[in-house]
Amino acid sequence: MSGTEDIPAVDYVSGSGVPIRGNDIDTDQVIPARFMKVVTFDGLGEFAFFDQRFDDEDNEKDHPMNEERFQDANVMVVNNNFGCGSSREHAPQALMRWGIDAFIGESFAEIFAGNCLALGMPTVTADHETIAELQDWIDEHPDGEIDIDVEAETVTYGDTTIDVEVDDGQRKALVDGIWDTTALMKSNEQAIQETADALPYV
Amino acid sequence: MSRGTLYDKVWDHHKVTTLPNGQDQLFVGLHLIHEVTSPQAFGMLQERDMEVARPDLTHATVDHIVPTSDQSRPYGDDAAEEMMAELEENAREAGIQFSDPTTGDQGIVHVIGPEQGLTQPGKTIVCGDSHTSTHGAFGALAFGIGTSQIRDVLATQTIAMEKQDVRKIEVNGELGDGVEAKDVILEIIRRLGTEGGVGYVYEYAGEAIEDLDMEGRMSICNMSIEGGARAGYVNPDETTFEWLEQTDYFQENPEEFEELKPYWESIQSDDDAEYDDVVTIDAAELEPVVTWGTTPGQGVGVTEPIPAPEDLADDKQETARRAQEHMRVEPGDTMEGYDIDVAFLGSCTNARLPDLRRAARIVKGREVHEDVRAMVVPGSQRVQRAAEEEGLADVFREAGFDWRNAGCSMCLGMNEDQLEGDEACASSSNRNFVGRQGSKDGRTVLMNPRMVAAAAINGEVTDVRDVKEVTEV
Ligand code: SF4
Repeated sequence: MSGTEDIPAVDYVSGSGVPIRGNDIDTDQVIPARFMKVVTFDGLGEFAFFDQRFDDEDNEKDHPMNEERFQDANVMVVNNNFGCGSSREHAPQALMRWGIDAFIGESFAEIFAGNCLALGMPTVTADHETIAELQDWIDEHPDGEIDIDVEAETVTYGDTTIDVEVDDGQRKALVDGIWDTTALMKSNEQAIQETADALPYV
Repeated sequence: MSRGTLYDKVWDHHKVTTLPNGQDQLFVGLHLIHEVTSPQAFGMLQERDMEVARPDLTHATVDHIVPTSDQSRPYGDDAAEEMMAELEENAREAGIQFSDPTTGDQGIVHVIGPEQGLTQPGKTIVCGDSHTSTHGAFGALAFGIGTSQIRDVLATQTIAMEKQDVRKIEVNGELGDGVEAKDVILEIIRRLGTEGGVGYVYEYAGEAIEDLDMEGRMSICNMSIEGGARAGYVNPDETTFEWLEQTDYFQENPEEFEELKPYWESIQSDDDAEYDDVVTIDAAELEPVVTWGTTPGQGVGVTEPIPAPEDLADDKQETARRAQEHMRVEPGDTMEGYDIDVAFLGSCTNARLPDLRRAARIVKGREVHEDVRAMVVPGSQRVQRAAEEEGLADVFREAGFDWRNAGCSMCLGMNEDQLEGDEACASSSNRNFVGRQGSKDGRTVLMNPRMVAAAAINGEVTDVRDVKEVTEV
């Protein structure tokens, strides 16, 4: 299936992975507030996970995103409650600009997942064991291909295919290429007006 | 699926249609915007050659980057000035009302909405800020959104959302002396976990919640998001209506107050409403809660021992270990006595007038500890003025607090108010994430505002129940 003219369908994402381990990774870590003093999202990629990646003198610290072997990764594999905290879309924007196209994890904070969807990035989930095995596999196969089939809700890597979960609304929006909702909602102008007229306070 | 709750009713009133992706399109009754998350959305709108659909239902303020000392323009920080200028231009071009500092109405977005009477029961309220949940205290359905969604709302005054489950959290009985709304929500998050609310909206109910003033209810709803719930609300009641009647909006439009009241009453959850989950908490069991770690769920009663990581659930152990290393705390110790370098009274959780009043009663006649730098950042210019008129500002200043102008300030360290190095901060804000207050080695201990006041005086985390307070300030 293909999306409308300017909104592509996202039924597959393929590429190599980067594991980011840890639960409750908040969006303050993904993009510290001091890098949000900007009026566009351009250039945020280099500041993704900045304080995890660099010390006070801007020297590189141990972090997967600093490792040469993960530089081309476009699938980020994370653990529980990833993206919690601040609603800043700067977080998925920074990761997208760093090169990420999709996330596989144990669970995602809602606003983060919603922000990802608005950018056409899937956030698919699986249980702890499955994710941990995938993260280990990526460490051993940094160039190994990971295929996310959004519609079939599977992820394939090496000889392994695992079942993952994609939220129903998210799956439909991605696969049908209707994840950018502005034009879609705008076309309901009359119904919007009727709803507003029926509200006692508007 | 829930039935007959405020959430169900407000949702139904605002539902425009079901979209092909299965989400519902909801009409937005109030769209609040600020300088950090909106400029990119206005940019996207321009790219698509679209205009702001309902500037009359949109309201702007500046809070995150605004300096809280010298506010003369241009701001000393170029980046802050650019963001402010951009918001001014966007608001002017679209005809959006802007509570900027020259109006005397500026403040943290979640403080000014309720203050001005923009926040009302039965409204849908969105803002590009996760603490939009605060407005649920009035029985509004309020949630934080991302920048692409801000674009949607600017362009259409609607938003695409999926309906969630409703969990009722009943706090029964009475809170003990020295225990506040902040302690209730820290306790809820500690019990249910930081991700416990994912997929849920929280309805806060029970005697202890009904007894709270609006400010207390706001503190609780504010931190719903820290518990993973995107929205939280309290059913509107007489306390709510009394507040509303005093606001500018209803002072100017008294006839609307009478007109809208039946609607507000109609959206209250039915007595026989069905919930997807119910949790009960005994208010009498609670004591002041402080955090020992780096997520808001890592809290402990002030006299209780800090847990050992191995005693926590499997998936919490590693995070706890790292948190305890960062905070330099030991399992088995209590947080009481933990050394404090900075005291921050502020943020959209706890910088309203009653918060400052209660803290002032602890501070009055005492001095800030010599090793502590302490500051008060009122939630809005109105709170600031009221506190100055009441003499609270003098109480804080005389004790050695820095009395600043309104804004987010050290809650997230986007202006000059930041932790330095590994300073430990007693903070009335809502997030103790690593790096949150501007220094990645900084250590944040969340607590209620009276506890912050007591920590400022003693230079260490103190059980405020042991501190004698003056009754008159
Ligand atoms: S005070 Fe803190 S939590 Fe509240 S809106 Fe400002 S930065 Fe966000």
